[in-house]
Amino acid sequence: MSRTARPVMYAALVLCALLTMLPFAWGVSGSLRSLDEIRSDPGALLPHHLTLGNFTRLFETQGFGRFVVNSVVVALIVVAGNILAASAAGYALAKLDFAGRRLAFGAVMAAMMVPFTAVFVTQFVITVDLGLADTLAGIALPGAALPLSVFIMRQYALSVPDELLEAARIDGAGEFRIFFGIFLPLAGPAVATITIMSFLNSWNNFIWPLVVAQSMATYTLPVGLAATSQAAAHVTDYGLLLAGAIVVMLPVLVLFLFLQRYFVQGVAGTGLR
Amino acid sequence: MTASAVSAAGKATAVPKTAAGRASRARRTAVAWLFLAPFALVFLVYTAIPTVAALALSLTDIRGADLRTPFAVDFTGVENYLRLFQDETFVRDILNTALFVAVGVPLTMGIGFTLALALNSGISRLRGVLRTVFFAPVVTNVVAVALIWQYAFHVDGTVNKLLGAVGFAGPNWLDDPNLAMPVVILLGVWRNFGIAMVLFLAGLQAVPRDVYEAAALDGAGRWRQLRYITLPLLLPTTLMVSVLLTVFYLQVFDEPYLLTGGGPLGSTESVALYTYRQFGAGEFGMSSAASFVTLALVTVVSVVQFRMLRSRT
Repeated sequence: MSRTARPVMYAALVLCALLTMLPFAWGVSGSLRSLDEIRSDPGALLPHHLTLGNFTRLFETQGFGRFVVNSVVVALIVVAGNILAASAAGYALAKLDFAGRRLAFGAVMAAMMVPFTAVFVTQFVITVDLGLADTLAGIALPGAALPLSVFIMRQYALSVPDELLEAARIDGAGEFRIFFGIFLPLAGPAVATITIMSFLNSWNNFIWPLVVAQSMATYTLPVGLAATSQAAAHVTDYGLLLAGAIVVMLPVLVLFLFLQRYFVQGVAGTGLR
Repeated sequence: MTASAVSAAGKATAVPKTAAGRASRARRTAVAWLFLAPFALVFLVYTAIPTVAALALSLTDIRGADLRTPFAVDFTGVENYLRLFQDETFVRDILNTALFVAVGVPLTMGIGFTLALALNSGISRLRGVLRTVFFAPVVTNVVAVALIWQYAFHVDGTVNKLLGAVGFAGPNWLDDPNLAMPVVILLGVWRNFGIAMVLFLAGLQAVPRDVYEAAALDGAGRWRQLRYITLPLLLPTTLMVSVLLTVFYLQVFDEPYLLTGGGPLGSTESVALYTYRQFGAGEFGMSSAASFVTLALVTVVSVVQFRMLRSRT
């Protein structure tokens, strides 16, 4: 690149980066402003006086502690399910030779393509029939074995040499011991990607928990935030809502900063999130 | 026995000829399905059965009140589908969704592609930081970001304050039937261009350096290299990204639901929002029919675009 083009390129890229960050800046700045200040000057870029009052109000009067716990419980079920169930399925698809393998792989691909909007009504009917409406398990279960995770683990398992597993078979190890004792310890990077992707999926999920959760006792953070927003609409209590927005976004953004390799691999490997 | 001999023996038993061979194949099949069982169960309960059931529901007059007695409803054939296409709001929502795709897909791809090119142009300083920043919106929570959008695009909000500073009177963005859609699309684009960028970056990095060097030796400038080398070699990536984003935007729900609730005057209501509204009104049959129209659109787009991809490579 020429001497003049390079600084222009940098300037343009940095400008784009600042524009991309602008919504984060608005969110943080608004969350630190008091209700009175936002009412008198809604469009100010920076707070005149910093306050953490919005954050304490969230937890003291809006029940956000409960929503955080619910979100964490749902995410734990989802992540544990994906690490075990999806890993086992992906491993079997790549490393075991059995009747029905093509059918099973077809099911994984089909499950990735069926749009959520096509099935959520009947998923909800089934959830009601199973007695799981308005429960955290009902929110977590559909995401507990994501086809995306199966696919990631299958692709990874294909790269693990058969000889390693065959050697263990000769030594008389059972298939489950081979999976847990030999394969899974080798599959660290794929397990990390699955953990991140399924956590992201669960933490950010909105429409499904919105349908299943019917009381504050089972609201996850995004549903609780949306409900708070509807309740606060008549007073436009933006400071409170933006503080809620920061609470919802922060854990994922912090994880992303430290583990972005896995986020990018997970999204780039499949184009899904 | 060497490992390769073992795996050769393993392959030989894949076509069992003896009774013992068939028994061991049956045993291995049983073990493999045990590994698959948890996934298969979730797939059956939450994907396979709901898909078939949704098709069945869409052919009945089932309503919310019939949930406890699902077999007492009447079979009505394609009546729900006929009603759908006679419903002006559904036709309007299809057009809104088409607009979302027609504007959102090229915009998202254009921004993602331009940023990928810039990040791949040989700059080294700040490259990692910039990539992190551009990708960050992908991992954000849509409920949280939609609130920030409402705050910023409020009639007295930050956006209008900035516009005011340069002499424009800012409109009431989200309450104006002509302006709400662009703001909703902007949120979708902001949340998705990072995906396009990362996929294009991967595509660009797969293009061998010496192709460009040879072209430069032959006197091809940057634009000619872009036109005759980069773009043709990125065609598979481009098609893949376009399928992906089209499928995303055909199902768009979160952005309009949270920003405008589909308003003002239905100007931002998507097909997915229509599906949800019918569901909320207890019209499960209509809702399922609408969701099957989405499924059909998604399938057609995927098949057509993948056919194009295959015929060109």
